[in-house]
Amino acid sequence: MRGTLAAREARLAFFMLAPTFIIVFAIVLFPVIANFWISFKPVELGDLRPPAPVVRERIRETPQESSDTLRIRYQMRNSSRDVTLTTVTLTDNLPTGVTLATNEPRCEVQGNNLSCNLGNWEGGYRENLELDFTVDESFFASAADPLATVPNIRASAPNILTNFVFTLANFREVLSGSEFWPTLRITLYYTIFGTIGSILLGLFAAQLLNVKFAGQGIMRGLFLFPYVAPVIAVAFTWAFLLDPLSGSVNALGVRFGVLGEAVNFLGQRNIDINLLGLKLQFPLALTTVILFEAWRYFPFAFLFILARFQAIPQDMYEAADVDGASPLQKFWWITLPQLVGILSTLFLLRFIWTFNKFDDIFLLTGGAAGTKTLTVQVYDQAFALADLGAGAAVAVILFIILAIFMTIYFRYAPEGE
Amino acid sequence: MAVAQDIAKRQSLPYSPVGLLIAALIGALATTLVVALWSILATVLAGINTSIPLFWALLTGAALGAGIGLLRQERNTSLPATLALGLTAAILWLVFTALKPLGMAAVDIFWGVIATPISFVAAAQLTRYGLRELNLNKIHRDMLETLFLRMLRAVGFSFFLSIVVFPFYFMVASSLKSRVEMLQDPTFLGINLQQSLADLFVGYREVLVTFSFWRYIGNSSFVAIVTVIITLILAVLGAYAVTRLQFPGRNLLSRSILLIYMFPAIVLVIPLYSIFTQLGLRDTLPGLLIVYPATTLPVALYMLRSYFQTLPKDLEEAGMIDGSSRLGVIWRITLPLSLPALASVGLYVFMIAWNEFLFAFMFLDTPTIFTLSRGMVGLNSQEVPRQFLMAGAVIVTLPIMVIFFWFEKYLVGGLTAGGVKG
Repeated sequence: MRGTLAAREARLAFFMLAPTFIIVFAIVLFPVIANFWISFKPVELGDLRPPAPVVRERIRETPQESSDTLRIRYQMRNSSRDVTLTTVTLTDNLPTGVTLATNEPRCEVQGNNLSCNLGNWEGGYRENLELDFTVDESFFASAADPLATVPNIRASAPNILTNFVFTLANFREVLSGSEFWPTLRITLYYTIFGTIGSILLGLFAAQLLNVKFAGQGIMRGLFLFPYVAPVIAVAFTWAFLLDPLSGSVNALGVRFGVLGEAVNFLGQRNIDINLLGLKLQFPLALTTVILFEAWRYFPFAFLFILARFQAIPQDMYEAADVDGASPLQKFWWITLPQLVGILSTLFLLRFIWTFNKFDDIFLLTGGAAGTKTLTVQVYDQAFALADLGAGAAVAVILFIILAIFMTIYFRYAPEGE
Repeated sequence: MAVAQDIAKRQSLPYSPVGLLIAALIGALATTLVVALWSILATVLAGINTSIPLFWALLTGAALGAGIGLLRQERNTSLPATLALGLTAAILWLVFTALKPLGMAAVDIFWGVIATPISFVAAAQLTRYGLRELNLNKIHRDMLETLFLRMLRAVGFSFFLSIVVFPFYFMVASSLKSRVEMLQDPTFLGINLQQSLADLFVGYREVLVTFSFWRYIGNSSFVAIVTVIITLILAVLGAYAVTRLQFPGRNLLSRSILLIYMFPAIVLVIPLYSIFTQLGLRDTLPGLLIVYPATTLPVALYMLRSYFQTLPKDLEEAGMIDGSSRLGVIWRITLPLSLPALASVGLYVFMIAWNEFLFAFMFLDTPTIFTLSRGMVGLNSQEVPRQFLMAGAVIVTLPIMVIFFWFEKYLVGGLTAGGVKG
């Protein structure tokens, strides 16, 4: 009895989870596999539109009276220059009262329907098929327009995604390109400093709000703004705010003497800094996108750290007071150790998400001025350069690096998430 | 607090030279902070050309701080004394600058004459608040650290409020200013209310009507709401199965739910783009409605699972004994108990779907089915005035902000329900 009950429960669970499974498999897991597949294939963006036969219908001779000739020309071609189409068939609806007069073995008329089996077409194939029809009285009686129905042409073409042509050229191209290693380095800078920045800001903000005061709730709501607002709105706002010509930050900075001259925060790769006689190159645009990342995601860290703060038992602080601990000592010896768990979890989560981040940099700089990360390179290769295969190859590399991070995370993450 | 009481017990003289020096220092810093904020606000909100007279701010502040230190009785300066000191400083400033503080070119009633006493009283109050309950006579590690942390707090609040409020204020203000106004003085972000409403909101009208944003609002709402519905239905079923039913592989599944949430969207884009193009799903809203729930389901399932685990099993078992089926129990017992969690998850999913950019950008080509995010990109690529683009940004942001403030409690619950125990 228990056995059957357990089996029934398992079956029910299966049905309840099945839709989730199917949708997650179809949209997440399967595409990851498909991405691996595409990365080994020579696919360009243009190849996605499958090659197809194209036809245009024209009337070359219009009949005036009975037993005259109606001549129709079908201008046909293969839309692809190099892919062979197989079993091309043309079908068209004919007006009433016409009989096929041309001796064309590929075509036959059944009732009002014309159908032609045109065989296989090589890439770039063109043909003008002219057919003569003899008309009778009923043609004029019906007054039908031969062009009223659009001819239909079909063929089968090999699917570029499902055939078995493989290549390593995508990976060779990506890994040997001069761009790859700098991109990886920039990705790591962006990820590490963006993560640390957002967590430090979040910790600071959580400290500020960890005291009861009037307006605390409103403050908490305000602090979450950057995280809740749509990325496209805040990215454009930052871009305008930092504009060197008419941006308010530059204008205010110059007005109050903080900046010597207007700075192109998002467009300038490096800025020279003279530090004690040492000339240093400071990556300006990269720093700006890192600051954006820290600004946009500090609320995430803030929320989690604040929640953790409120769970620290107060008697620990009271005991420390009795021992005469100073405020900073209390922070260092009581608060921080209590936060280690959440801070390490936040670090790894944010690290992975920042590593995966595409929208922010894409909208701020488009990857220009030394801010191109791996995710932006995926887009550039696949869509800007229209080389899907190479883009998929970058995505595979990104995914492998991420898998290594994830393994680390699930090995060291605190038990029970 | 115990420390402060401890210090209070050892109370001695109201002042000492070192104590006065510290009070002067705090006063100088507090006053400089306030004067800087005042100057920036006058520039940004009123377009008044101001500077920050750093030296005079520090000097006045030091005097103010020393005064507050001198007038301390017991552990605090009294409120009237603080007010009097602040007002004195304000009067001196107004007299010595001929009613034109901060290097203003002309007398401004509000930002000059009225703002001066407000600023100095605020600075005096801030100084008094910073020094409250401290024994200034003995240099003590506790006292120095407390002072340092209080200063950090004041700076921190100013800093966070500026970085959070300023960009959003800028967004709204520049959506109400024409290109000419903007280029004339980029530091002035005040809103000119002496024009007709039609002129003021010309950006919104253009974006909503000429650039069809009214339609995109509908599309975005439709996509977000349908995503919420699909996600909630599937996540409730899945989360219930994972928490309440026994089946092989349950633990493995529980652990791997969140794993999906860490998959990079950009890795999915190329294959989904290719496959959806070939299936004819790419440039359609149903296409988006397949993708969005898939990206929100794992986290929704995870959040609901955490919540279901806190619900008592007994009620459901009672329902089962009464003869209800599992689905009946879910509908009649579990769901009514989980309404707050459903609200949290629903709002969170709504936010994700409303804000989503990448797939909307990659998939949609036909303007009639654009979502707001996609519409914004279209706006950006044309030669459209910045005012319109910022009006668009406000239109995208406003609904999510209103919802957020309205349901903040639930949304914060949703954001944190990722279950932090570690």
